[in-house]
Amino acid sequence: MTTKYDILIIGAGVIGSAVARELSRYDLKICVLEKNPDVCCETSGRNSAVIHGGFAYEIGTKKAECCVEGCLEFDKIAEELDVPFKRTGKVLVGSTREDHESLQKTIEIGRANGSIGLELIDKNRLLELVPTVIGEFAMFSPKSGIVDPFQYNIALAENAKKNGVDFYFEHEVVNIYRKTDEYWLIRTIQGDFETRWVVNCAGLGSVKISGMLGIHGYNLGGSKGDYIVLDKRIGHLLPMPVYPVPTTTYMGIHVTPTIGGNVIVGPNADYVDDYTYYGVTQKNIVFLAENAFALWPHIHKSDYIRNYSGIQPKWLDRQGILEDFVIEAPKEVPNTINLVGIESPGLTSALPIARRVVNLLKEHEQLHPNKGFNPKRKGIIRFNNQGNEVKEKLIAENPDYGEIICRCEGVTKAEIVQAIHNPLGVDTVTGIKYRTRSMMGRCQGGYCQMRIAQIIQEELNKNVTDIIYSRKESNMFVGTVRE
Amino acid sequence: MNLINKDVVIIGGGPAGLAAAVLLYKNGIKDILIIEREKTLGGILRQCIHDGFGLTRFKEQLSGPEYAQRFIDQVEELNISYQIDTTVLNITDDKMIQAVNRNGLFNYKAKAIILAMGCRERTRGALTIPGERPAGIMTAGVAQSYINLHNIMVGKDVIILGSGDIGLIMARRFTLEGAKVKGVFEILPYPSGLTRNIEQCLNDYNIPLYLSHTITNIHGNARITGVTVSKVDENLKPIPGTEKLYTCDTLILSVGLIPENELSLDAGVKLDNRTRGPVVDGNYQTSVEGIFAAGNVLHVHDLVDFVSIEAERLAYSVTEYIKNNSLPKCEIIINTSKDINYTVPQYIDKTKDFTLSFRVKRPFKNCRILVKQGELVIKIAAYKKVIPAEMINILINHKSLQSDKDLEVSIEC
Repeated sequence: MTTKYDILIIGAGVIGSAVARELSRYDLKICVLEKNPDVCCETSGRNSAVIHGGFAYEIGTKKAECCVEGCLEFDKIAEELDVPFKRTGKVLVGSTREDHESLQKTIEIGRANGSIGLELIDKNRLLELVPTVIGEFAMFSPKSGIVDPFQYNIALAENAKKNGVDFYFEHEVVNIYRKTDEYWLIRTIQGDFETRWVVNCAGLGSVKISGMLGIHGYNLGGSKGDYIVLDKRIGHLLPMPVYPVPTTTYMGIHVTPTIGGNVIVGPNADYVDDYTYYGVTQKNIVFLAENAFALWPHIHKSDYIRNYSGIQPKWLDRQGILEDFVIEAPKEVPNTINLVGIESPGLTSALPIARRVVNLLKEHEQLHPNKGFNPKRKGIIRFNNQGNEVKEKLIAENPDYGEIICRCEGVTKAEIVQAIHNPLGVDTVTGIKYRTRSMMGRCQGGYCQMRIAQIIQEELNKNVTDIIYSRKESNMFVGTVRE
Repeated sequence: MNLINKDVVIIGGGPAGLAAAVLLYKNGIKDILIIEREKTLGGILRQCIHDGFGLTRFKEQLSGPEYAQRFIDQVEELNISYQIDTTVLNITDDKMIQAVNRNGLFNYKAKAIILAMGCRERTRGALTIPGERPAGIMTAGVAQSYINLHNIMVGKDVIILGSGDIGLIMARRFTLEGAKVKGVFEILPYPSGLTRNIEQCLNDYNIPLYLSHTITNIHGNARITGVTVSKVDENLKPIPGTEKLYTCDTLILSVGLIPENELSLDAGVKLDNRTRGPVVDGNYQTSVEGIFAAGNVLHVHDLVDFVSIEAERLAYSVTEYIKNNSLPKCEIIINTSKDINYTVPQYIDKTKDFTLSFRVKRPFKNCRILVKQGELVIKIAAYKKVIPAEMINILINHKSLQSDKDLEVSIEC
């Protein structure tokens, strides 16, 4: 027997999770299907983690509209969902006359979009804001900020789950059929689902899912960007993201502080066909470092701790021109809401996009409120962020808070154990990492990974051969040494 | 919160911390505390179950745990206090120490702090090895811990990048446990590990060592499936056209160790860019008065015996510091010529004999190490062969120091 839902969301990235959370305000039976073992495994967890001001998008587009809306409400969202967020502000730095003109134009566009507080600042003011930057002048966007992209995605999904949404991981959709006038049949690698509505939030897979639904004509361009992560040691040198002067399609190689205190450098933008390959090349690392060094000369190889890459699903028309977000309920394919081309600023725009999905649904259905809906979600209390008194109290209540497991990020056993028993039931090693920051530090798990593997074994009563690193079949161990 | 006063707090219960503690106690400094984050004392030696330890310090072959036990037994006999399962959160320049364990937070005020935190392994990210990031890639020490302490087999079909000693030891360990080690790839034209390990861990088991080779790509998006290896030119750049694919299920990295000085930096201790450990004087005192350092936190050693011996030399200085409340100022700088990588100490005074520890930057044969003060040669040591893998120790008699001029260490063939 298949499970029947009112709404089935494909994709548990930040968009799918935000849609799930917003729809969970209503009395609906909802599920989310995700092909990966966790949320934020693709584009949502592989980006610059910047909350954008909304000045870099054409006037009147959904990108501009959703971005400004999302940016301005983010303090409230961060508080409601207990997500680490800082309104750092951001500068776009220039030095030539052309740059100056471009920035002026950017300000005009930004203002038309509703972006707040944009101003052109001179060198003195720039150096006051970011003393370590190289440039003659800049555009300052005071409302831009940085967020923990993993925590944000996790928080949205956890809140949705708490409000009644079912999450199914490792459920890749292989086909979709119209079963009856009322129901779709969704076939996954782990069984069938029936649903009245389908919401396509599949990101890099959105065109594929559109095709399965019978919506044709979209063309994705996967724009891949590589990043370098720098040691926290130099984090204090960069109080806010520093970007070059953008074009309308590309933000340029920038340097950004992360919410955890590191600095990230990137991305380049190369069109790729393989949306599963996240390898980084030596050539690109050198290219990124050289480019960003011209903006911010504190990029040294001795501070590299990791690199990563992400792929943005850009919707390109037949001429290869970049198009706006698609958020549609196509008449010819009823009972579908189709999202395509949700690339940057998708992270900032996730909840505004989700509300537009709800509105589309409201055009077709009368929605009744979910009386038990609770918009609040609490994250794991981080020992390292507390003062002495709170630390003492945490340990007194739960001695696991006195056991440091990850030395670089100061993560305790209590946090690891809570992460292992997370509401979404994710038990990969990378899942623990996203939820706690363990293994994200400069030793990259050299000290704590084996301890975490052991705690997973103990807490979930698992065999070593069943411990998964991140993706499906990424088993970490082949067995025991001795019986 | 209670503040507990101590004469000496030792951070780290590995070989350096243990040796320092035992000798301090024997010297009459008994109000000491060792803080160790693991469940038992011994440090990294606990996972080094192979032999070869102790030839210099004890004149016999011991395994790592046996070597550590020699010191742990003395700590127990002398009733030296230690706290295990306890992590130091921070230290300050006025020698306050905050530590945490399951019982809560602890605050200590010490007359002297000994930094003995050891080192950590350089990672893939630090080297920016390109390619995918699947499971099955780990540093040699992590693999050693999984296999020797956690009874977990990490893989069966192994490639090792880097010829550091732990990587060589692990090549043998994997082979003994039935895994196939396909090769050790070293970017430099000479091995990074000790000659005896090349012989005993690779040659004895027919494991090939490829010098002037490096990994230029990693394959597999779930578990690692293989690596691309390339030859490198004299500038260590991969040579196009030399790529060769090796399949594997495990990649072990043995690409260097980094002294672990996060706590030292908290206290304002100045580090040496070459060693990545504190700058110390002839008393092993760092740039912060009353904070001392020895062992791998100071500079990465080749043999644990030298760690213990260095920590014992440090213990004499700390004894003097506690008894006199100060130490003579060290203002003579030790410089290095271009083929010498670094020296420890970096500063001395002329009232005390001292041991000069250093490494060369590349291998030399039939050479002489010269220590000069100004134009005056104060020490000559002749060697048939010196290699970067081996630390060189030379004892300098203070009577040979004739002036307050800087010293220079150089090598000539």
